[in-house]
Amino acid sequence: MKEGPRTHDFDWILLAIVSAICLMGMLEIWSATHDSPMAGMHWRQAIWIGVGFIAMFIISRLDYHTLLDQAPLLYLIGIVALLVVLAIGHSRFGARRWVSLGGGVNLQVSEIMKLVIIIVLARFFSEVRTDRLTTADLVKIAGITGLPVLLVLVQPDLGTAMVLVPAAIVGAFLAGIQWKHLAVLLAFIALMVPVGWHMRTHLKPYQQQRIETFIHPEDNPRGAGYQILQSEIAVGSGGFWGKGFGKGSQNQLGFVPVRYSDFILAAMAEELGFVGVLLVLLLYLGLLLRLIDNAQKAKDRAGMFVVMGVAAILGFHVLVNSAMVIGYVPVTGIPLPFLSYGGSSTVFLFLALGLVMNVRMRRFVN
Amino acid sequence: MAPWLANDQKLPHGRLVLLSYLAVGMTVILLFGFWKLQVIQSGHFADLAEKNRVRSIPIIAPRGTMLDREGRVLVDSYPSFSILLLRDDPKLLEKSLPQVLEGLDISPDDLKEQLDNAKFEPKFQPVVIKPEATQADIAFVESHRADLPVLELMMVQRRRYPHNGFFASAAGYVGEVSPQQLAASDGHYRPGDIVGKAGLERQYNETLEGTDGMRRVIVNSVGKMVRTLDDVEAVPGKPIQTTIDYDLQAVAENDLAGKEGAAIALNPRTGEVLALVSHPTIDPNDFAVRINPKVWAALNTDPKTPLLDRAIQAQLAPGSVFKIVTATAMLESKAIPENMTVFCPGYATFYGRQFKCWIYGKGSHGTVDFHKAIIQSCDIFFYTVGMRLGIDKLSFYGSGLGLGKKTGIDLPGEESGLMPSEEWVQRVYHRKWYPGETISVAIGQGAVIATPVQLARMIAGVANGGTFVQPHLMKNYPNPIITHFPVSDDTVQKVTDGMYGVVNEPGGTGYSSRIQNVEFSGKSGTAQIIGYDLRSRLGKEKEFKDNAWFVGYAPRRDPEIVVTVLVQGGGHGGEASAPIVRDIVRAYYDKKNGVHNEQTTTENRMGPEQAKPIVAAVGATQQ
Repeated sequence: MKEGPRTHDFDWILLAIVSAICLMGMLEIWSATHDSPMAGMHWRQAIWIGVGFIAMFIISRLDYHTLLDQAPLLYLIGIVALLVVLAIGHSRFGARRWVSLGGGVNLQVSEIMKLVIIIVLARFFSEVRTDRLTTADLVKIAGITGLPVLLVLVQPDLGTAMVLVPAAIVGAFLAGIQWKHLAVLLAFIALMVPVGWHMRTHLKPYQQQRIETFIHPEDNPRGAGYQILQSEIAVGSGGFWGKGFGKGSQNQLGFVPVRYSDFILAAMAEELGFVGVLLVLLLYLGLLLRLIDNAQKAKDRAGMFVVMGVAAILGFHVLVNSAMVIGYVPVTGIPLPFLSYGGSSTVFLFLALGLVMNVRMRRFVN
Repeated sequence: MAPWLANDQKLPHGRLVLLSYLAVGMTVILLFGFWKLQVIQSGHFADLAEKNRVRSIPIIAPRGTMLDREGRVLVDSYPSFSILLLRDDPKLLEKSLPQVLEGLDISPDDLKEQLDNAKFEPKFQPVVIKPEATQADIAFVESHRADLPVLELMMVQRRRYPHNGFFASAAGYVGEVSPQQLAASDGHYRPGDIVGKAGLERQYNETLEGTDGMRRVIVNSVGKMVRTLDDVEAVPGKPIQTTIDYDLQAVAENDLAGKEGAAIALNPRTGEVLALVSHPTIDPNDFAVRINPKVWAALNTDPKTPLLDRAIQAQLAPGSVFKIVTATAMLESKAIPENMTVFCPGYATFYGRQFKCWIYGKGSHGTVDFHKAIIQSCDIFFYTVGMRLGIDKLSFYGSGLGLGKKTGIDLPGEESGLMPSEEWVQRVYHRKWYPGETISVAIGQGAVIATPVQLARMIAGVANGGTFVQPHLMKNYPNPIITHFPVSDDTVQKVTDGMYGVVNEPGGTGYSSRIQNVEFSGKSGTAQIIGYDLRSRLGKEKEFKDNAWFVGYAPRRDPEIVVTVLVQGGGHGGEASAPIVRDIVRAYYDKKNGVHNEQTTTENRMGPEQAKPIVAAVGATQQ
């Protein structure tokens, strides 16, 4: 017996959580920009969310197996797009990340690559037929992931490049990475930190500065360390209950850097306090747990890998962005999913959700 | 079914569960981080946020005015604008500079110097490029707010003093608080605060300075003011009414114009200072805006010492004015018969050494008694008195009449002068007093030095029987100290008769300065500032002209006004200084009697310079 995918099998709980986060994001974008030349930004975000919803429904209709079938082609398209962006893309904030789609809409190509890497890795892992990944498998995974990482890195966009890595690690973990390999991998990452530190002189000046700043934020209170400090001040001064919606001085007077996007959590922490942060982080936790639940219920391993790829990338965004806002990691420019303002990233997120819905809707389909 | 889907292995449920634990753990760690900032360190960050948000702008309190005794304004303040250059954006600064220079009419070199001076200050601190903005400058800044955001206006309160140094030594001047004062003030002062640095400005700084107000404004992240939070109004400084009489001050200023010297007029009955002049002086208006370091250095090294308030700080040999001390000591101690006479041939020998009278070479005084000795200022008579009294008696009466001690006038930096004694020479030089030294001291030379205010007090004290009221410039000065050194009526009678004769008897040294219907009395002094031998060796006679003193008062007993005038290098006290004293005393009486009188200057009346008397090395030129 073959049944078609049913719309009532949509994960309405997941959608409710996401909608709640989106709504909070829009409110905070309004609060952060209503009294500035950027006023009205929350409506633009609303449009992106609407576009995202439509894209999500469309992609959920398309069988993910079909997408996985086309993985090599998608990968090729992704890599070519990244090369194109390096060749003809235009710069913003000193990095070539954008291609113009006409009509004033610019696409951040690396966002597409996140989606592609989820599909490609899901395809790769489902082809592994044992519960133990061999060294050769790991080398292949490193190759598949490493190429786009390098291409994004030279844009340069350290943040997005790093985002691709957790998808590979979580996938490998679920595909049956051997503990010794995992240990070696973790040891390698641990080693990369001092090596990276040593190699910092090869980084772009803005990256060097971000690292310097992270280590000594007080040295340059008017420079880049200013951002971390102002973010911490916003968060800390919010206290337990917050200063009230629309009443955070750090936010309203513009002390919080890019308060509508990368540092939106700082703005929110100031105005809604620890209570607001608790709500947001619990919503994200709910989102992640719901994704893992969907993965558990996937019909096949391919579906599970798709869902967990999405979960890995989302989780990494939340972790790095929140940690940055409280000064635990350097400024990287990784936005908060569904909360930060951003066209490309919002649409990507909904496309990724579409993949998850796709898997869920087909869990009973044979 | 696609071949890659052939994998029908079970899902790794255990590892998925592990990952959900990881998600929970991650959330807990993040929440802990937020808890730490928002709950544990919340107060600290709330302070920092408040500092970000609120900027305090001082509202400068205007200093109090200084009034004369009739309420006429001597010194006041007026609001003025300074133009600031913001330097935190070097690119914008460079782009704007040509327009700024042209619009404000500032030379590039000038600006470069000012920017260089501020090189080591933090960049966010603006530089004052025009301390005193004109109307046109203010209009320029206001009309270019949009395209020249590097310019900013700051309202300040400037001090306004009379021009040409009128009243300058007594008024003093203001300046930025020194680092030492700043450290000692315990937060009372902020860097850049204006405080009194000298004169009355310093003495009564606390009264004059008022309390600055504070405007708290909300600023955004680029420092732009969003709105005003609250205002604490400035409390203006209180005015001080001085005892100065503008009219007398004007006469004194006028008469001393172009001279090096000082004048002080006071009412000995009350201690009130009616006029106080020291020339040359500074124009404190120059200091009110900004002291150019070069100008400051020049003022400090100027041999004419314009920063010195000569009326209270010049310590000079009093010359023959001191003979009033010697005369008083002679009568009061009764060590010498009061009808003693001395024959003056123009010179005399004491302790094996020849001392000359000022008349030596021009004649002689012949037989001299007490009265004649005072009016003609015979040196030989007072040499003799000094020798017979000895230094200790001279010192006792000199100190009693206030020499060698500060008068306690309410101005900073008063000097005490010196009344030498055996004890003093023992203490300071560890030697014995040579009796020969007493001879010079008896006529106000040698080691004795005094300030103009001390001499005014001394003469008035003798004339009123020994009552000394602390001189002061603050009207309603609370409880001026009154000291007594009783002088017997008989002594007062004889000495004041002498001083009356100085001005009113033919042959008196101040005879040409007598005033109709006023018992104007006094004593002249012409003090050598360098020995004759040294003078001729150096061959620069001009530069070492004698200091001319005259201390005059009226009426002849229990005076209501006493005036000391010092003209440094002025020559003869009776000629150079007595007319100035006369002008001041006459102005005082004209005013008192309601007589309108054109203020005159002595310059027109001063006769041709007389030949300089030749004197002995240690003696004095006396007239």
